[in-house]
Amino acid sequence: MDLKELYQDIILEHGKSPRNYGKCLGYNHNAIGHNPLCGDQVHVYLKLNQKKMVEELTFEGSGCAISIASTSIMTELVKGKSFQTAKKIVAEFLSMIKTGSKIATKDLNEDQKIKIMSLSGVKQYPMRVKCATLSWHTLVSAMDKKIDDVNTEVVD
Amino acid sequence: MNIENIKSQFPIFSKKINGKQLVYLDSSNSSQKPASVINRLDSFYKNEFSNIGRSIHSLSVNATNKFDETRMSVKKFINANSKEEIIFTKNATESINLVASTFGQQNIKTGDEILITELEHHSNYVPWHYLRENKGAVIKFAPINDDGDIVISELEKLINSKTKIIAVTHLSNVTGTIVPVKEIIDIAHKKNIPVLVDGCQSAPHLKIDVKDLDCDFYAISGHKVYGPTGVGILYAKKKWLEQLPPYMGGGGMISEVKKDKITYAQLPEKYEAGTMPTAEVIAFNESIKFMESVGIENLVSHERELTNYALEKLKTINSVCIVGNPKNKAGVISFTIKGVHPHDIATILDEDAVAIRAGHHCCQILHEKLKLNATARVSFGIYNTKEDVDILCKAIENCRKVFNLK
Ligand SMILES: Cc1ncc(COP(=O)(O)O)c(C=O)c1O
Repeated sequence: MDLKELYQDIILEHGKSPRNYGKCLGYNHNAIGHNPLCGDQVHVYLKLNQKKMVEELTFEGSGCAISIASTSIMTELVKGKSFQTAKKIVAEFLSMIKTGSKIATKDLNEDQKIKIMSLSGVKQYPMRVKCATLSWHTLVSAMDKKIDDVNTEVVD
Repeated sequence: MNIENIKSQFPIFSKKINGKQLVYLDSSNSSQKPASVINRLDSFYKNEFSNIGRSIHSLSVNATNKFDETRMSVKKFINANSKEEIIFTKNATESINLVASTFGQQNIKTGDEILITELEHHSNYVPWHYLRENKGAVIKFAPINDDGDIVISELEKLINSKTKIIAVTHLSNVTGTIVPVKEIIDIAHKKNIPVLVDGCQSAPHLKIDVKDLDCDFYAISGHKVYGPTGVGILYAKKKWLEQLPPYMGGGGMISEVKKDKITYAQLPEKYEAGTMPTAEVIAFNESIKFMESVGIENLVSHERELTNYALEKLKTINSVCIVGNPKNKAGVISFTIKGVHPHDIATILDEDAVAIRAGHHCCQILHEKLKLNATARVSFGIYNTKEDVDILCKAIENCRKVFNLK
Protein backbone atom coordinates (compact mmCIF):
# COMPACT_ATOMS: atom_id res chain seq x y z
CA MET A 1 0.00 0.00 0.00
CA ASP A 2 1.21 3.45 -0.81
CA LEU A 3 -0.65 6.59 0.15
CA LYS A 4 0.96 8.51 -2.70
CA GLU A 5 -0.64 6.13 -5.16
CA LEU A 6 -4.05 6.69 -3.60
CA TYR A 7 -3.78 10.42 -3.11
CA GLN A 8 -2.22 11.47 -6.40
CA ASP A 9 -2.07 15.18 -7.14
CA ILE A 10 -4.77 14.83 -9.76
CA ILE A 11 -7.14 13.35 -7.16
CA LEU A 12 -6.33 15.95 -4.54
CA GLU A 13 -6.86 18.66 -7.10
CA HIS A 14 -10.21 17.34 -8.31
CA GLY A 15 -11.22 16.63 -4.70
CA LYS A 16 -10.56 20.23 -3.81
CA SER A 17 -11.95 21.87 -6.95
CA PRO A 18 -14.45 19.51 -8.53
CA ARG A 19 -15.56 20.15 -12.11
CA ASN A 20 -19.20 20.26 -13.20
CA TYR A 21 -20.50 20.90 -9.73
CA GLY A 22 -24.11 22.02 -9.41
CA LYS A 23 -27.44 21.36 -11.06
CA CYS A 24 -27.25 21.62 -14.86
CA LEU A 25 -29.95 23.44 -16.77
CA GLY A 26 -32.50 21.26 -18.51
CA TYR A 27 -31.47 17.95 -16.98
CA ASN A 28 -33.87 15.15 -17.81
CA HIS A 29 -32.37 12.34 -15.74
CA ASN A 30 -31.14 12.36 -12.15
CA ALA A 31 -30.47 9.99 -9.29
CA ILE A 32 -29.22 10.10 -5.73
CA GLY A 33 -26.60 7.73 -4.33
CA HIS A 34 -26.06 7.08 -0.62
CA ASN A 35 -23.16 5.63 1.27
CA PRO A 36 -24.83 4.67 4.57
CA LEU A 37 -21.45 3.80 6.05
CA CYS A 38 -20.49 7.44 6.25
CA GLY A 39 -23.66 9.35 5.44
CA ASP A 40 -22.19 10.77 2.25
CA GLN A 41 -24.49 11.44 -0.64
CA VAL A 42 -24.17 12.29 -4.31
CA HIS A 43 -26.84 13.66 -6.63
CA VAL A 44 -26.15 13.19 -10.34
CA TYR A 45 -27.90 15.35 -12.97
CA LEU A 46 -27.81 14.39 -16.62
CA LYS A 47 -29.15 15.79 -19.85
CA LEU A 48 -29.57 13.19 -22.56
CA ASN A 49 -30.41 14.83 -25.88
CA GLN A 50 -32.53 13.44 -28.68
CA LYS A 51 -29.58 11.66 -30.23
CA LYS A 52 -29.10 9.93 -26.85
CA MET A 53 -25.92 11.81 -26.22
CA VAL A 54 -24.87 12.97 -22.76
CA GLU A 55 -25.09 16.68 -23.38
CA GLU A 56 -24.70 17.76 -19.75
CA LEU A 57 -23.52 15.90 -16.67
CA THR A 58 -23.16 17.52 -13.28
CA PHE A 59 -23.39 16.60 -9.61
CA GLU A 60 -23.95 17.87 -6.12
CA GLY A 61 -23.02 16.28 -2.84
CA SER A 62 -20.46 15.87 -0.14
CA GLY A 63 -17.82 13.30 0.42
CA CYS A 64 -14.21 12.40 0.85
CA ALA A 65 -11.45 13.37 -1.58
CA ILE A 66 -11.73 10.01 -3.34
CA SER A 67 -15.47 10.23 -3.93
CA ILE A 68 -15.49 13.87 -5.00
CA ALA A 69 -12.51 13.40 -7.32
CA SER A 70 -13.99 10.25 -8.79
CA THR A 71 -17.27 12.01 -9.47
CA SER A 72 -15.60 15.06 -10.90
CA ILE A 73 -13.45 12.97 -13.26
CA MET A 74 -16.48 10.93 -14.25
CA THR A 75 -18.41 14.02 -15.32
CA GLU A 76 -15.48 15.21 -17.41
CA LEU A 77 -15.02 11.89 -19.17
CA VAL A 78 -18.63 10.98 -19.81
CA LYS A 79 -19.90 14.38 -20.91
CA GLY A 80 -20.27 14.49 -24.68
CA LYS A 81 -20.33 10.72 -25.08
CA SER A 82 -23.13 8.65 -26.57
CA PHE A 83 -25.36 6.61 -24.26
CA GLN A 84 -23.63 3.35 -25.28
CA THR A 85 -20.12 4.76 -24.94
CA ALA A 86 -20.93 6.20 -21.55
CA LYS A 87 -22.09 2.79 -20.37
CA LYS A 88 -18.91 1.22 -21.70
CA ILE A 89 -16.70 3.71 -19.87
CA VAL A 90 -18.57 3.08 -16.61
CA ALA A 91 -18.14 -0.69 -17.03
CA GLU A 92 -14.41 -0.33 -17.68
CA PHE A 93 -14.00 1.94 -14.68
CA LEU A 94 -15.82 -0.44 -12.34
CA SER A 95 -13.83 -3.37 -13.62
CA MET A 96 -10.58 -1.45 -13.12
CA ILE A 97 -11.47 -0.64 -9.51
CA LYS A 98 -12.64 -4.14 -8.68
CA THR A 99 -10.30 -6.40 -10.65
CA GLY A 100 -7.45 -4.10 -11.57
CA SER A 101 -8.09 -4.49 -15.32
CA LYS A 102 -6.60 -1.96 -17.74
CA ILE A 103 -8.60 0.77 -19.45
CA ALA A 104 -8.73 -0.40 -23.08
CA THR A 105 -11.48 1.70 -24.63
CA LYS A 106 -10.68 3.80 -27.68
CA ASP A 107 -13.36 6.26 -26.61
CA LEU A 108 -10.99 8.05 -24.24
CA ASN A 109 -7.89 9.93 -25.32
CA GLU A 110 -4.55 9.49 -23.58
CA ASP A 111 -5.10 12.43 -21.29
CA GLN A 112 -8.47 11.10 -20.23
CA LYS A 113 -7.03 7.64 -19.67
CA ILE A 114 -4.44 9.09 -17.31
CA LYS A 115 -7.23 10.77 -15.38
CA ILE A 116 -9.37 7.67 -15.02
CA MET A 117 -6.35 5.54 -14.16
CA SER A 118 -5.37 7.93 -11.39
CA LEU A 119 -8.19 6.27 -9.46
CA SER A 120 -6.84 2.75 -9.86
CA GLY A 121 -4.94 2.95 -6.54
CA VAL A 122 -8.29 2.63 -4.75
CA LYS A 123 -8.26 -1.09 -5.48
CA GLN A 124 -5.61 -1.47 -2.76
CA TYR A 125 -8.00 -0.01 -0.20
CA PRO A 126 -11.07 -2.26 -0.05
CA MET A 127 -12.82 -0.02 2.50
CA ARG A 128 -12.60 2.87 0.06
CA VAL A 129 -13.86 1.17 -3.10
CA LYS A 130 -17.40 2.33 -2.37
CA CYS A 131 -16.23 5.93 -2.12
CA ALA A 132 -14.90 5.71 -5.67
CA THR A 133 -17.75 3.76 -7.27
CA LEU A 134 -20.84 5.36 -5.73
CA SER A 135 -21.25 8.15 -8.28
CA TRP A 136 -20.63 5.81 -11.21
CA HIS A 137 -23.39 3.48 -10.03
CA THR A 138 -25.56 6.53 -9.50
CA LEU A 139 -24.88 7.69 -13.07
CA VAL A 140 -26.04 4.32 -14.42
CA SER A 141 -29.11 4.57 -12.26
CA ALA A 142 -29.86 8.04 -13.64
CA MET A 143 -29.27 6.90 -17.23
CA ASP A 144 -31.57 3.93 -16.80
CA LYS A 145 -34.03 6.19 -15.03
CA LYS A 146 -34.31 3.76 -12.20
CA ILE A 147 -36.55 5.31 -9.63
CA ASP A 148 -34.88 3.91 -6.54
CA ASP A 149 -31.89 5.68 -5.11
CA VAL A 150 -28.57 3.89 -5.26
CA ASN A 151 -27.22 2.57 -2.00
CA THR A 152 -23.65 1.32 -1.82
CA GLU A 153 -24.68 -1.43 0.57
CA VAL A 154 -26.75 -2.95 -2.22
CA VAL A 155 -24.64 -2.42 -5.30
CA ASP A 156 -21.25 -3.65 -4.16
CA MET B 1 -0.83 1.94 38.05
CA ASN B 2 1.57 0.67 35.41
CA ILE B 3 -0.01 0.97 31.98
CA GLU B 4 2.77 -0.93 30.21
CA ASN B 5 2.05 -3.81 32.53
CA ILE B 6 -1.65 -3.63 31.72
CA LYS B 7 -0.96 -3.30 28.02
CA SER B 8 1.19 -6.42 28.08
CA GLN B 9 -1.89 -8.37 29.13
CA PHE B 10 -3.39 -7.71 25.67
CA PRO B 11 -1.88 -10.09 23.08
CA ILE B 12 -2.90 -7.90 20.13
CA PHE B 13 -0.35 -5.28 21.08
CA SER B 14 2.50 -7.66 20.39
CA LYS B 15 1.38 -7.87 16.75
CA LYS B 16 2.47 -5.46 14.04
CA ILE B 17 -0.06 -3.70 11.81
CA ASN B 18 1.28 -2.51 8.44
CA GLY B 19 4.68 -3.30 9.92
CA LYS B 20 4.13 -0.88 12.77
CA GLN B 21 3.19 -0.90 16.43
CA LEU B 22 -0.62 -0.75 16.72
CA VAL B 23 -2.08 2.43 18.18
CA TYR B 24 -5.63 1.36 18.91
CA LEU B 25 -7.92 4.35 19.32
CA ASP B 26 -11.23 2.69 18.50
CA SER B 27 -12.23 1.22 21.86
CA SER B 28 -15.64 2.92 21.79
CA ASN B 29 -16.38 0.73 18.81
CA SER B 30 -15.08 -2.37 20.55
CA SER B 31 -12.28 -2.83 23.05
CA GLN B 32 -9.36 -5.22 22.72
CA LYS B 33 -9.36 -8.31 24.94
CA PRO B 34 -6.93 -9.27 27.70
CA ALA B 35 -5.33 -12.72 27.60
CA SER B 36 -7.35 -13.86 30.61
CA VAL B 37 -10.58 -13.49 28.62
CA ILE B 38 -9.18 -15.15 25.52
CA ASN B 39 -7.70 -17.99 27.56
CA ARG B 40 -10.95 -18.53 29.43
CA LEU B 41 -12.82 -18.99 26.14
CA ASP B 42 -10.16 -21.42 25.03
CA SER B 43 -10.06 -23.42 28.26
CA PHE B 44 -13.83 -23.60 28.54
CA TYR B 45 -14.14 -24.99 25.02
CA LYS B 46 -11.21 -27.37 25.53
CA ASN B 47 -11.92 -28.71 29.00
CA GLU B 48 -15.37 -27.79 30.21
CA PHE B 49 -17.71 -27.33 27.30
CA SER B 50 -21.35 -28.12 27.77
CA ASN B 51 -24.63 -26.33 27.33
CA ILE B 52 -26.20 -24.98 30.49
CA GLY B 53 -29.36 -25.77 32.37
CA ARG B 54 -30.67 -28.72 30.43
CA SER B 55 -28.73 -31.78 31.47
CA ILE B 56 -27.86 -33.47 34.72
CA HIS B 57 -24.34 -34.54 33.80
CA SER B 58 -21.33 -33.04 35.55
CA LEU B 59 -20.16 -30.86 32.67
CA SER B 60 -23.55 -29.23 32.43
CA VAL B 61 -23.73 -28.63 36.16
CA ASN B 62 -20.30 -26.98 36.05
CA ALA B 63 -21.19 -24.80 33.05
CA THR B 64 -24.48 -23.79 34.66
CA ASN B 65 -22.67 -22.77 37.84
CA LYS B 66 -20.01 -20.80 35.95
CA PHE B 67 -22.69 -19.04 33.91
CA ASP B 68 -24.39 -18.10 37.14
CA GLU B 69 -21.12 -16.82 38.60
CA THR B 70 -20.86 -14.29 35.78
CA ARG B 71 -24.39 -13.16 36.53
CA MET B 72 -23.40 -12.63 40.17
CA SER B 73 -20.29 -10.70 39.11
CA VAL B 74 -22.34 -8.45 36.85
CA LYS B 75 -24.82 -7.85 39.64
CA LYS B 76 -21.97 -6.76 41.89
CA PHE B 77 -20.22 -4.79 39.15
CA ILE B 78 -23.23 -2.52 38.54
CA ASN B 79 -24.60 -2.79 42.10
CA ALA B 80 -27.97 -4.33 41.24
CA ASN B 81 -30.28 -5.60 43.98
CA SER B 82 -30.45 -9.20 42.86
CA LYS B 83 -29.17 -11.47 40.13
CA GLU B 84 -32.75 -11.86 38.81
CA GLU B 85 -32.35 -8.31 37.53
CA ILE B 86 -29.48 -9.28 35.21
CA ILE B 87 -30.56 -10.59 31.79
CA PHE B 88 -28.01 -11.78 29.23
CA THR B 89 -28.60 -10.73 25.63
CA LYS B 90 -26.29 -10.63 22.63
CA ASN B 91 -25.50 -6.91 22.89
CA ALA B 92 -26.85 -3.60 24.17
CA THR B 93 -28.86 -3.24 20.98
CA GLU B 94 -30.78 -6.39 21.82
CA SER B 95 -31.19 -5.20 25.41
CA ILE B 96 -32.81 -1.97 24.22
CA ASN B 97 -34.97 -3.80 21.67
CA LEU B 98 -36.13 -6.12 24.44
CA VAL B 99 -37.35 -3.18 26.51
CA ALA B 100 -38.84 -1.21 23.61
CA SER B 101 -40.71 -4.25 22.39
CA THR B 102 -42.07 -5.59 25.68
CA PHE B 103 -42.65 -2.23 27.31
CA GLY B 104 -44.21 -0.92 24.12
CA GLN B 105 -46.49 -3.91 23.75
CA GLN B 106 -47.80 -3.39 27.26
CA ASN B 107 -47.74 0.35 27.78
CA ILE B 108 -47.72 2.32 24.52
CA LYS B 109 -50.88 3.44 22.74
CA THR B 110 -51.45 5.76 19.78
CA GLY B 111 -50.32 9.26 20.63
CA ASP B 112 -48.18 8.22 23.59
CA GLU B 113 -44.78 9.85 23.71
CA ILE B 114 -41.27 8.47 24.00
CA LEU B 115 -38.61 10.97 24.94
CA ILE B 116 -35.04 10.40 23.74
CA THR B 117 -32.22 12.87 23.02
CA GLU B 118 -30.28 14.17 20.04
CA LEU B 119 -27.20 12.36 21.35
CA GLU B 120 -28.59 8.87 20.91
CA HIS B 121 -26.94 6.06 19.00
CA HIS B 122 -29.20 4.48 16.36
CA SER B 123 -29.53 1.55 18.76
CA ASN B 124 -31.42 3.79 21.16
CA TYR B 125 -33.61 5.34 18.49
CA VAL B 126 -34.54 2.73 15.89
CA PRO B 127 -36.11 0.28 18.43
CA TRP B 128 -38.39 3.11 19.58
CA HIS B 129 -39.14 4.03 15.98
CA TYR B 130 -40.81 0.60 15.62
CA LEU B 131 -43.32 1.76 18.21
CA ARG B 132 -43.88 4.90 16.19
CA GLU B 133 -44.55 2.75 13.12
CA ASN B 134 -46.58 0.02 14.77
CA LYS B 135 -48.31 1.74 17.64
CA GLY B 136 -48.57 5.35 16.49
CA ALA B 137 -46.26 6.55 19.24
CA VAL B 138 -44.59 9.96 19.02
CA ILE B 139 -40.82 10.30 19.52
CA LYS B 140 -39.48 13.55 20.93
CA PHE B 141 -35.83 14.57 21.00
CA ALA B 142 -34.39 16.51 23.90
CA PRO B 143 -32.03 19.03 22.29
CA ILE B 144 -28.33 19.49 22.89
CA ASN B 145 -26.54 22.83 22.95
CA ASP B 146 -23.45 23.78 20.95
CA ASP B 147 -21.20 22.22 23.58
CA GLY B 148 -22.89 18.85 23.12
CA ASP B 149 -24.65 18.94 26.51
CA ILE B 150 -28.31 18.03 26.91
CA VAL B 151 -30.24 21.08 28.06
CA ILE B 152 -32.08 19.71 31.09
CA SER B 153 -34.59 22.56 31.23
CA GLU B 154 -35.52 21.87 27.60
CA LEU B 155 -35.80 18.16 28.29
CA GLU B 156 -38.12 18.93 31.20
CA LYS B 157 -40.35 21.03 28.95
CA LEU B 158 -40.84 18.04 26.63
CA ILE B 159 -42.25 15.87 29.43
CA ASN B 160 -46.03 15.80 29.66
CA SER B 161 -48.84 13.46 30.67
CA LYS B 162 -48.40 11.46 27.44
CA THR B 163 -44.71 10.74 28.08
CA LYS B 164 -44.48 7.01 28.80
CA ILE B 165 -40.74 6.39 28.90
CA ILE B 166 -37.46 8.28 28.63
CA ALA B 167 -34.44 6.65 26.96
CA VAL B 168 -31.09 8.38 27.22
CA THR B 169 -27.42 7.60 26.82
CA HIS B 170 -25.11 7.82 29.82
CA LEU B 171 -22.08 8.77 27.72
CA SER B 172 -22.12 9.98 24.12
CA ASN B 173 -20.09 7.86 21.70
CA VAL B 174 -19.40 10.99 19.61
CA THR B 175 -18.83 13.98 21.89
CA GLY B 176 -17.89 12.01 25.01
CA THR B 177 -20.55 13.96 26.92
CA ILE B 178 -21.27 12.44 30.33
CA VAL B 179 -25.01 12.92 30.65
CA PRO B 180 -26.37 13.75 34.13
CA VAL B 181 -28.68 10.74 33.98
CA LYS B 182 -29.33 10.76 37.72
CA GLU B 183 -30.83 14.23 37.45
CA ILE B 184 -32.96 13.12 34.49
CA ILE B 185 -34.12 10.03 36.37
CA ASP B 186 -35.12 12.16 39.37
CA ILE B 187 -37.15 14.46 37.16
CA ALA B 188 -38.80 11.51 35.40
CA HIS B 189 -39.60 9.59 38.56
CA LYS B 190 -41.33 12.61 40.09
CA LYS B 191 -43.77 12.14 37.21
CA ASN B 192 -43.79 8.35 37.42
CA ILE B 193 -41.99 7.92 34.11
CA PRO B 194 -39.51 5.04 33.83
CA VAL B 195 -36.05 5.67 32.35
CA LEU B 196 -33.85 3.43 30.21
CA VAL B 197 -30.16 4.30 30.23
CA ASP B 198 -27.95 3.25 27.31
CA GLY B 199 -24.80 2.36 29.21
CA CYS B 200 -22.81 1.13 26.25
CA GLN B 201 -20.09 3.76 26.54
CA SER B 202 -20.33 4.41 30.26
CA ALA B 203 -19.75 0.82 31.33
CA PRO B 204 -16.13 0.80 30.09
CA HIS B 205 -15.39 4.37 31.20
CA LEU B 206 -17.30 5.15 34.43
CA LYS B 207 -18.33 3.59 37.70
CA ILE B 208 -21.84 2.19 37.31
CA ASP B 209 -24.23 2.04 40.25
CA VAL B 210 -27.78 1.27 39.12
CA LYS B 211 -29.08 1.46 42.68
CA ASP B 212 -27.73 4.95 43.12
CA LEU B 213 -29.01 6.05 39.70
CA ASP B 214 -32.36 4.37 40.40
CA CYS B 215 -32.74 3.76 36.64
CA ASP B 216 -35.43 1.33 35.50
CA PHE B 217 -33.36 -0.22 32.70
CA TYR B 218 -29.63 -0.17 31.90
CA ALA B 219 -28.12 -1.63 28.70
CA ILE B 220 -24.50 -2.77 28.30
CA SER B 221 -22.44 -4.48 25.56
CA GLY B 222 -19.81 -6.89 26.89
CA HIS B 223 -17.49 -6.44 23.90
CA LYS B 224 -16.90 -2.78 24.80
CA VAL B 225 -15.93 -3.75 28.37
CA TYR B 226 -12.92 -5.93 27.43
CA GLY B 227 -15.27 -8.89 26.95
CA PRO B 228 -16.06 -11.28 24.12
CA THR B 229 -18.55 -10.42 21.38
CA GLY B 230 -22.00 -11.95 21.72
CA VAL B 231 -22.61 -10.92 25.34
CA GLY B 232 -24.96 -8.11 26.20
CA ILE B 233 -26.55 -7.20 29.50
CA LEU B 234 -29.90 -5.80 30.36
CA TYR B 235 -30.33 -4.63 33.91
CA ALA B 236 -33.98 -4.03 34.78
CA LYS B 237 -35.74 -3.46 38.06
CA LYS B 238 -37.40 -6.68 39.14
CA LYS B 239 -40.86 -5.15 39.12
CA TRP B 240 -40.51 -4.46 35.40
CA LEU B 241 -39.22 -7.91 34.54
CA GLU B 242 -42.10 -9.43 36.47
CA GLN B 243 -44.68 -7.17 34.94
CA LEU B 244 -43.57 -7.08 31.29
CA PRO B 245 -44.37 -9.90 28.85
CA PRO B 246 -41.58 -12.20 27.63
CA TYR B 247 -39.57 -11.12 24.57
CA MET B 248 -38.40 -14.11 22.54
CA GLY B 249 -40.10 -17.46 22.92
CA GLY B 250 -38.41 -20.85 22.89
CA GLY B 251 -36.57 -23.33 25.02
CA GLY B 252 -35.28 -22.31 28.41
CA MET B 253 -37.78 -19.51 29.00
CA ILE B 254 -40.82 -21.69 29.73
CA SER B 255 -42.15 -23.33 32.83
CA GLU B 256 -44.78 -25.62 31.35
CA VAL B 257 -45.93 -26.16 27.77
CA LYS B 258 -49.37 -27.63 26.93
CA LYS B 259 -51.31 -27.63 23.68
CA ASP B 260 -53.61 -24.94 24.98
CA LYS B 261 -51.47 -23.13 27.50
CA ILE B 262 -47.87 -22.05 28.17
CA THR B 263 -46.43 -20.69 31.38
CA TYR B 264 -43.11 -18.93 31.58
CA ALA B 265 -39.96 -19.52 33.58
CA GLN B 266 -38.95 -17.49 36.61
CA LEU B 267 -36.52 -14.60 36.31
CA PRO B 268 -34.04 -14.23 34.80
CA GLU B 269 -34.67 -17.23 32.49
CA LYS B 270 -37.99 -15.76 31.37
CA TYR B 271 -35.96 -13.44 29.14
CA GLU B 272 -33.25 -15.86 28.01
CA ALA B 273 -34.80 -17.95 25.25
CA GLY B 274 -32.77 -20.60 23.43
CA THR B 275 -29.13 -21.56 23.81
CA MET B 276 -27.16 -18.67 25.21
CA PRO B 277 -23.57 -17.66 24.32
CA THR B 278 -22.43 -19.96 27.10
CA ALA B 279 -18.66 -19.74 26.64
CA GLU B 280 -18.74 -16.01 26.05
CA VAL B 281 -20.81 -15.27 29.15
CA ILE B 282 -18.50 -17.45 31.23
CA ALA B 283 -15.42 -15.71 29.78
CA PHE B 284 -17.03 -12.33 30.44
CA ASN B 285 -16.48 -12.97 34.13
CA GLU B 286 -12.76 -12.55 33.39
CA SER B 287 -13.47 -9.13 31.85
CA ILE B 288 -15.10 -7.99 35.06
CA LYS B 289 -12.22 -9.41 37.08
CA PHE B 290 -9.85 -7.52 34.78
CA MET B 291 -11.73 -4.23 35.31
CA GLU B 292 -11.70 -4.85 39.06
CA SER B 293 -8.01 -5.67 39.09
CA VAL B 294 -7.28 -2.35 37.41
CA GLY B 295 -9.74 -0.55 39.67
CA ILE B 296 -12.50 1.61 38.20
CA GLU B 297 -11.15 4.72 39.96
CA ASN B 298 -7.72 4.17 38.38
CA LEU B 299 -9.28 3.57 35.00
CA VAL B 300 -11.37 6.74 35.22
CA SER B 301 -8.44 8.91 36.26
CA HIS B 302 -6.08 7.43 33.66
CA GLU B 303 -8.57 8.02 30.87
CA ARG B 304 -9.35 11.52 32.11
CA GLU B 305 -5.67 12.40 32.06
CA LEU B 306 -5.27 10.96 28.56
CA THR B 307 -8.34 12.78 27.27
CA ASN B 308 -7.14 16.12 28.63
CA TYR B 309 -3.67 15.53 27.22
CA ALA B 310 -5.10 14.66 23.81
CA LEU B 311 -7.44 17.65 23.78
CA GLU B 312 -4.57 20.00 24.60
CA LYS B 313 -2.34 18.54 21.90
CA LEU B 314 -5.03 18.35 19.23
CA LYS B 315 -6.00 21.97 19.81
CA THR B 316 -2.48 23.06 18.92
CA ILE B 317 -2.68 21.46 15.46
CA ASN B 318 -3.77 23.91 12.80
CA SER B 319 -7.14 23.21 11.18
CA VAL B 320 -8.15 20.52 13.70
CA CYS B 321 -11.59 21.23 15.12
CA ILE B 322 -12.88 19.33 18.18
CA VAL B 323 -16.58 18.41 18.09
CA GLY B 324 -18.41 19.59 21.21
CA ASN B 325 -17.13 20.92 24.49
CA PRO B 326 -19.25 19.20 27.13
CA LYS B 327 -19.08 20.06 30.83
CA ASN B 328 -18.09 16.52 31.72
CA LYS B 329 -16.31 14.40 29.17
CA ALA B 330 -14.81 10.93 29.12
CA GLY B 331 -12.53 8.99 26.78
CA VAL B 332 -14.09 9.95 23.44
CA ILE B 333 -12.93 12.77 21.15
CA SER B 334 -14.42 13.48 17.74
CA PHE B 335 -12.79 15.96 15.44
CA THR B 336 -12.61 17.25 11.90
CA ILE B 337 -9.72 18.63 9.89
CA LYS B 338 -10.58 21.53 7.64
CA GLY B 339 -9.98 20.38 4.08
CA VAL B 340 -9.68 16.64 4.81
CA HIS B 341 -12.72 14.39 4.92
CA PRO B 342 -12.82 12.00 7.93
CA HIS B 343 -12.63 8.97 5.63
CA ASP B 344 -9.41 10.25 4.17
CA ILE B 345 -8.09 10.94 7.69
CA ALA B 346 -8.83 7.35 8.73
CA THR B 347 -7.11 5.90 5.67
CA ILE B 348 -4.01 8.05 6.13
CA LEU B 349 -3.81 7.33 9.89
CA ASP B 350 -4.14 3.61 9.20
CA GLU B 351 -0.92 3.79 7.24
CA ASP B 352 0.77 4.56 10.57
CA ALA B 353 -1.21 1.75 12.27
CA VAL B 354 -3.30 4.35 14.08
CA ALA B 355 -6.80 2.86 14.23
CA ILE B 356 -9.60 5.41 14.54
CA ARG B 357 -13.17 5.51 13.31
CA ALA B 358 -14.61 7.83 10.68
CA GLY B 359 -18.23 8.42 9.75
CA HIS B 360 -21.37 9.28 11.65
CA HIS B 361 -20.75 6.60 14.33
CA CYS B 362 -24.41 5.50 14.14
CA CYS B 363 -25.49 8.99 15.26
CA GLN B 364 -26.98 10.64 12.17
CA ILE B 365 -29.41 12.76 14.20
CA LEU B 366 -26.50 14.23 16.15
CA HIS B 367 -24.41 14.83 13.02
CA GLU B 368 -27.33 16.55 11.34
CA LYS B 369 -27.67 18.78 14.39
CA LEU B 370 -23.95 19.57 14.28
CA LYS B 371 -24.25 20.19 10.52
CA LEU B 372 -21.52 17.66 9.84
CA ASN B 373 -21.72 14.70 7.47
CA ALA B 374 -19.02 12.79 9.22
CA THR B 375 -16.38 13.12 11.91
CA ALA B 376 -13.18 11.33 12.86
CA ARG B 377 -13.25 9.75 16.30
CA VAL B 378 -10.52 8.83 18.75
CA SER B 379 -11.55 6.75 21.75
CA PHE B 380 -9.45 5.42 24.58
CA GLY B 381 -9.15 2.23 26.54
CA ILE B 382 -7.17 1.44 29.66
CA TYR B 383 -4.21 0.31 27.49
CA ASN B 384 -3.67 3.67 25.77
CA THR B 385 -0.76 5.90 26.67
CA LYS B 386 0.36 9.47 26.08
CA GLU B 387 2.78 8.06 23.54
CA ASP B 388 -0.26 6.83 21.56
CA VAL B 389 -1.56 10.39 21.55
CA ASP B 390 1.82 11.67 20.35
CA ILE B 391 1.82 9.15 17.49
CA LEU B 392 -1.76 10.15 16.66
CA CYS B 393 -0.77 13.80 16.44
CA LYS B 394 2.17 12.99 14.19
CA ALA B 395 -0.10 10.95 11.94
CA ILE B 396 -2.51 13.89 11.76
CA GLU B 397 0.38 16.10 10.70
CA ASN B 398 0.97 13.57 7.94
CA CYS B 399 -2.67 14.03 6.79
CA ARG B 400 -1.98 17.70 6.46
CA LYS B 401 1.13 16.92 4.46
CA VAL B 402 -0.60 14.47 2.11
CA PHE B 403 -3.29 17.07 1.48
CA ASN B 404 -0.78 19.91 1.15
CA LEU B 405 -2.46 21.92 3.89
CA LYS B 406 -0.78 25.05 5.14
C1 LIG C 1 -23.91 4.75 22.89
C2 LIG C 1 -24.06 3.42 22.19
N1 LIG C 1 -25.23 2.77 22.25
C3 LIG C 1 -25.40 1.58 21.65
C4 LIG C 1 -24.41 0.97 20.94
C5 LIG C 1 -24.66 -0.36 20.30
O1 LIG C 1 -23.83 -1.34 20.78
P1 LIG C 1 -23.91 -2.81 20.19
O2 LIG C 1 -23.70 -2.69 18.73
O3 LIG C 1 -22.84 -3.55 20.89
O4 LIG C 1 -25.27 -3.34 20.52
C6 LIG C 1 -23.18 1.61 20.84
C7 LIG C 1 -22.08 1.01 20.05
O5 LIG C 1 -21.43 1.60 19.26
C8 LIG C 1 -23.00 2.87 21.47
O6 LIG C 1 -21.83 3.53 21.40
